[in-house]
Amino acid sequence: MIIESNYVSTLTFAAVNSEASFASTQKKGAQGIIDEITASKLRGCGGAGFPTGLKLTLMAKEKTHPKYVICNADEGEPGTFKDREILTNYAELVFTGMAIAAMAIGGAEKGILYLRAEYAFMKEHLVAVIAKCKVFTGFNIEIRSGAGAYVCGEETALIESLEGKRGEPRNRPPFPIQSGYLGQPSEVNNVETFAWITTIMSKGAAWFNAVGTVQSAGYKIFSISGDCKRPGVYEFSMGTTIAAMLNAVGGEGAQAVQMGGASGQTIFADQFSRKIAFEDASPGGSIMVFGPQRNMFDVAENFLEFFDEESCGQCTPCRKGNVQLLVAVRKIKAHLQGKEMCCKNKEQAHGCLERLYSLAETMQIASKCGLGQSSANAFLAITKHFADDIKCGGRK
Amino acid sequence: MASTLELEREVEIRQELEQLINKYGKDRAALKPILHDLQDRYRGIADDYMQLLADMLGIHAIEVQEVVSFYSFYNAGKKGKYIIRMCQTMPCKMVGAKEVALALEKILGVRFGETTKDNKFTLEWTNCIGMCDQGPALLINETPYTRVKPEDVEKIIKECK
Repeated sequence: MIIESNYVSTLTFAAVNSEASFASTQKKGAQGIIDEITASKLRGCGGAGFPTGLKLTLMAKEKTHPKYVICNADEGEPGTFKDREILTNYAELVFTGMAIAAMAIGGAEKGILYLRAEYAFMKEHLVAVIAKCKVFTGFNIEIRSGAGAYVCGEETALIESLEGKRGEPRNRPPFPIQSGYLGQPSEVNNVETFAWITTIMSKGAAWFNAVGTVQSAGYKIFSISGDCKRPGVYEFSMGTTIAAMLNAVGGEGAQAVQMGGASGQTIFADQFSRKIAFEDASPGGSIMVFGPQRNMFDVAENFLEFFDEESCGQCTPCRKGNVQLLVAVRKIKAHLQGKEMCCKNKEQAHGCLERLYSLAETMQIASKCGLGQSSANAFLAITKHFADDIKCGGRK
Repeated sequence: MASTLELEREVEIRQELEQLINKYGKDRAALKPILHDLQDRYRGIADDYMQLLADMLGIHAIEVQEVVSFYSFYNAGKKGKYIIRMCQTMPCKMVGAKEVALALEKILGVRFGETTKDNKFTLEWTNCIGMCDQGPALLINETPYTRVKPEDVEKIIKECK
């Protein structure tokens, strides 16, 4: 079964021949691959942006076998569907990229595609593409299913899930490179990252890093949705401004955008000249557009409901903190609508907000994984933006 | 002393689990694929299945139960033949998920979180299913439905035989 996007900008992926890329890559050998990917300055496409060349280098240095190449197709970050599109139309690039990575790291026992349960509809299609790629790569890839847990998009939780356990993130170090699936060195990458590996081996590092910024080279794929005329999957070069992106998708006049999913950055209109890049408005793969009619506290509430449900529960600040922030957001919403005043005056409201900011800070510092470390982001950005309104109880 | 029926049932379940173990392996990493098949087959993983599976894999029963309880696509007990999962994350909410949800409740005659009396449909909320460019979106078992309007709901439900 195929679900496609209405609006897809022309993706470079469409012009790449996986089989040819693999054939020419074989001639370059493991070090050749590592050199090319490192030179391209490709960074991971799942949100964290770890330099891919460095990850391959470190994996190649590991002397323990077996090694595993794992594709993170758990795509659960709100607003993200780019990997859905890539797996639907460019899965060959992804599986070839996994085989190339296996070559680069000195051989892997097998590849594992961790496919979120919600994408089970495309499994038959993927099995066929895996078989097709195996003919020219010789690389075995097994599909393993998620079971409806956002936190399993975090690489160590993903590995726990593969091992048959609750998807609870691990302490790091050790990182998956040293001790991953079944304690073995594991190269875990996002779907899109593998597709870029195949593309860069075909078109060259120089082609890729000719665009972008100093710290964020090349192109990136984005899923864009919300209050815009043309929601869909787009390719932009890093360094594109938010304003330019909004023009492309028909989201002019937006009040705010959410960059990088519910765990990302909330950026308001006065900052739309900022650039989409790791060092500025950090990309991830998801952009949600909010029009002027949206109540941003509905957004904060929705995201906190999400994190409250998806928290694995290990870390007290995350497990309890998300609930407290959610309760607070609902009170603030009611407060702003004049329905109830939980704080008697401006000073009390100020003190209340300060305590909530302190709680958010605790969550950021003390949570073991990215979920707890970033679940307060939207809440902080939105309450700070509207802090005056909150303190005056919605009346200026 | 266990009754003959209980013993027969245990033998049956053990045989069924044996087949799954042959398919996926006997190590801990085989647990989720086995649970996944059981969930697909029975729309839930019953207590006796959990106990016997633990025994056959050489792990504690709680280790099976804690995995079943963690993942939202697994459940102890039993859900309907068709599990409807409606996306409740912001991009879908922004394009009218609420109205579709109300239509589902009306036509099925249950509220979210419940199963119809004939055990045919379970209605649930779920989080972002990756269809944000074409919401409101929902899953019925493995099949996604996108751009769902309240007036489509009746037809979609009728198609579920």
